[in-house]
Amino acid sequence: MDNVRPRVRTPRSASAGDVATIKTLISHPMESGQRKDSQGNTIPRQIINRFTCDFNGENVIDVTMEPAISTNPYFEFEVKIPESGDFQFTWYDDDGSVYEETKSVEVS
Amino acid sequence: MKFKTMTAAAALALVTPAMLAADPDAKLVVNGQIEMTTETEAPEHLDGLRTIRSGWTFRTEETQSLQMDDFDNPAMIFVDEARDAWYAKDGAADQSCASCHEDPESLRGLRAELPKWNEEAGKVYTAEMYVNECRTERMEAEPWGWDSQEMKNMTALISSVSRGMTVDVQIDGPVRETWERGKEIYYTRYGQLELACATCHEENYDMNIRADHLSQGHINGFPTYRLKQANLVSMHNRFNGCIRDTRGVPYEIGSEDFVALELYVASRGNGLSVEGPAVRN
Repeated sequence: MDNVRPRVRTPRSASAGDVATIKTLISHPMESGQRKDSQGNTIPRQIINRFTCDFNGENVIDVTMEPAISTNPYFEFEVKIPESGDFQFTWYDDDGSVYEETKSVEVS
Repeated sequence: MKFKTMTAAAALALVTPAMLAADPDAKLVVNGQIEMTTETEAPEHLDGLRTIRSGWTFRTEETQSLQMDDFDNPAMIFVDEARDAWYAKDGAADQSCASCHEDPESLRGLRAELPKWNEEAGKVYTAEMYVNECRTERMEAEPWGWDSQEMKNMTALISSVSRGMTVDVQIDGPVRETWERGKEIYYTRYGQLELACATCHEENYDMNIRADHLSQGHINGFPTYRLKQANLVSMHNRFNGCIRDTRGVPYEIGSEDFVALELYVASRGNGLSVEGPAVRN
């Protein structure tokens, strides 16, 4: 799908063991499949059905999303950072598209 | 039993005002950097109000906080889209906005004085009119609809680079006639309900109209992200909605009447900060 833009805010640096707040937002219409267009035809469902965050290959959060979630879904969660590494964020679209974003964090 | 009811009533009385509005002394600072003026003395031409208050001061704490960080502000998604459009070439002349204006930041200050007199065109120009003039005259591209997504995104981008600057719309000189027309519309009662803009936003602001907490109706936060629409809303769309709610027949979006009203309403907010794209309910 076009015009989908993931946005993520993570800390650039942290101390080992710090708990950081991660914010993620993705622009997406999240069409529920319940609505009709002006001609009365059902608009087919198209939502992001899954969101995951991994840190250095280890899963942090794995969310199953349902049609009642509103447009531009936003997730905020906390994560403990044990070491330097990369956050991998992945969103899965109903149409098979996968949107990805990576962020590095430096542990001093 | 009676005691219980009373405490419940007392608790309700305490809770209700807090639900209506956030802390009146709250300060609006965006990204911890841009300090906004949300309350100030009314401009001289405005007799009906002593102090003017940004729509932000009428919203709940949750809505207020959305505007205080660009990551939390859903409108910034659309600003990002406009930033892409800014650098994308379009039209027969093979030009983008950036071809003439370089970065969007070069337009800093523009939003604070819009709408303003365009000497060449001989009339009052809004952001939408400037954008479309660039598109048709210089880029030789199709104009965008006044209320189209592309246009709202672009005006939000243009507004975002002026955030924190003081609204300073000229009301004298060649714009005077248009401004007077806008003022006339503002104080005219429309629709079956016979409501003028002033009925709600000047005489009864800070009151509740059913579940809605009435603001003073300034437009310094436009285009604004409305949670209700989950999208940006243009000034004229909001004007249209207000007149429709009076059960009247609104002027056309983009019409000279609404341009005049935009000029007048903007001038009522002279002294507040440019907040657009703001977040409202």
